[in-house]
Amino acid sequence: MAWTKKILRVNLTDGVIQAEPLNMEWAQQYLGQRGLATRYLVEEVDSQVDALSPENKFIMATGPLTGTMASTGGRYSCITKSPLTGAIACSNSGGFFGAEMKNAGWDMIILEGKSPTPVYLYVEDSEARLIPADDLWGKSVWATDEEIHKKHQDPQIRIACIGRAAESGNLFAAVVNDLHRAAGRSGVGTVLASKNVKAVALRGTRGVGNLKDPMRFMNATFEHKQVLAANAVTGAGLPTYGTQVLMNVINELGALPTRNMREVRFEGAHSVSGEAMHEPRASDGKKNLTRNGGCFGCTIACGRISTVDRTHFSVKDKPQYWGNSGGLEYEAAWALGPDTGVDDLDALTYVNFLCNEDGLDPISFGATVAAAMELFEDGVLTTADTGGIELKFGSAEALVQITELTARGEGFGKEIGLGSKRLCEKYGRPELSMTVKGQEFPAYDPRGIQGMGLTYATSNRGACHLRSYTVSSEVLGIPIKTDPLVTDGKPELVIAFQDATAAVDSSGLCIFTTFAWSLDNIAPQIDAACEGDWSVEKCAEVGARIWQLERDFNMRAGLTGADDTLPKRLLKDAANVGPAEGKVCDLDAMLPKYYELRGWTTDGQLTSETRQRYGLPS
Amino acid sequence: MQITLKLYAHLGDLLPANSKQNKAEIEVPESISLNELIDRFQIPRPMAHLVLVNGLFVCDRDRDQPFALKPKDAVAIWPPVAGG
Repeated sequence: MAWTKKILRVNLTDGVIQAEPLNMEWAQQYLGQRGLATRYLVEEVDSQVDALSPENKFIMATGPLTGTMASTGGRYSCITKSPLTGAIACSNSGGFFGAEMKNAGWDMIILEGKSPTPVYLYVEDSEARLIPADDLWGKSVWATDEEIHKKHQDPQIRIACIGRAAESGNLFAAVVNDLHRAAGRSGVGTVLASKNVKAVALRGTRGVGNLKDPMRFMNATFEHKQVLAANAVTGAGLPTYGTQVLMNVINELGALPTRNMREVRFEGAHSVSGEAMHEPRASDGKKNLTRNGGCFGCTIACGRISTVDRTHFSVKDKPQYWGNSGGLEYEAAWALGPDTGVDDLDALTYVNFLCNEDGLDPISFGATVAAAMELFEDGVLTTADTGGIELKFGSAEALVQITELTARGEGFGKEIGLGSKRLCEKYGRPELSMTVKGQEFPAYDPRGIQGMGLTYATSNRGACHLRSYTVSSEVLGIPIKTDPLVTDGKPELVIAFQDATAAVDSSGLCIFTTFAWSLDNIAPQIDAACEGDWSVEKCAEVGARIWQLERDFNMRAGLTGADDTLPKRLLKDAANVGPAEGKVCDLDAMLPKYYELRGWTTDGQLTSETRQRYGLPS
Repeated sequence: MQITLKLYAHLGDLLPANSKQNKAEIEVPESISLNELIDRFQIPRPMAHLVLVNGLFVCDRDRDQPFALKPKDAVAIWPPVAGG
């Protein structure tokens, strides 16, 4: 079974908290976490509501394998309507919070309405209550975490909370759990702030049982952990270098978006790479990287724990930042580095700390700063707008200054908090926003990796690499190598990745397992844990159903096929160097076939046959 | 002729001493194959997973025959890695 079969429903408006049974019919169709919570959102929320109104709901959801002995089984997701995109938001995080929620006995927590005053939700197994948080409002994630632990005198409480960025209305604010793991994308933290909820704090002591066949589950998880351990990527590459090993790969490939995606190679890439994090610093001989770290139950441990050089200008007078904290992952390092033209590893590490401390999505933040830098260099923004900051590409000082302001929601940082799309529109240069559906791009230029262009254009949550990571195939050769510069076969590839990813995101497992595992490895673990028949085919079908349901939510929200596009810069301006020199992203060569394979009309709407095939709600 | 050899992740240890930023300028004969280059630097072949010449991927089957390298070409090699 693995599901606890229980939902905690919290009405914030009137303070009523109730337990209710999980809809097991839906669980068979949508599995858990991303898929199942989307089904609840579709049922309970009008997709056209204002994302920051009390009518929107905020769901924290685990998967059936969350909190079990399966490797990486510590994931949870935040599902809601996004204030950044107006589309569905589903943001996934690791750490220990998800497993704690499951150990407390809950598959999901649904927050609805709006509290009249700031509160935090405290859950201890079956007991749950709302606690005033007036004293926590205005505090950072890190300070809030410390205060709640002190208040309850329990170091084992796991906390997910928002920082000052979300409180200030920043549209890409994250929910941060366990100090430096984040449900980062699409402004899920902003929705929590709109409900006057500062944090969710959990203590679970029950363990996770309810397994369909415990012995088979134990054997299956053991067998597939061996696969992870023996694989060169999950057994050695990721623990040693983390995701940051990609910095030099993608740069060499000529697909590293640089200076607001004007260029595709960054001359300073090596200085901010995974390899550079292993090099001793000149000042104290220490490396940026202290050690790797793992989330609950993870046998990969790709996380980075880093320090900033104490003599660096960003922290020399701030001893509170001299210790170890969450280090740079590739996407964050790219957005804060190459996309802003900054090649200062210590500055990037400090800025990354601030993103964790006050709950900023570093991808959207860095990409919005990059757009602002282009506006500044074009003379559209001046120091009169920025409060005196010389917001030039390559300036580590400017990056540090604007991060401190954005984290606190002050000065020009409030403007950055609009996100790239609204910022560029406000200043009359919408074409400088590198976004899809209002969400900023991650770290792969689709002129050099064509499949990622289709991935971004069709992603249900706006530009995102984690909806179908075709980089795996097009660049890294996992599971098979495909040519990144061609469009043939990419619609099929993108759909296969989208569906498999939706299934994995609904299981409680981490998508990084798929560098070694396919559904052939994952389905037997789900099947041993969960009632019903969970074959590879059923998992793939569930993934496809989830994709269609998310699309349906977006179409009802008012999005159309016209939103499945890319910025003109990527469609019209050819790459200037590297293997993709002279190429644009040829989206038109991929999108019609993609629609056809998805069972959509030529303008991207679900057909009645498709709705019927997947049993979507009417 | 002189080319640039770039070895990343833990392959960086196989570069000549005093190499910086995971790269070194090296002399190679014009007729060298990529596998000969890989062997010369004692890179276990299964660890030469991702091989790019000037950013373009070269698959396994094309690594045995003489590769038409030109002066100043960049050969970059990674073991199996991933991220995201």
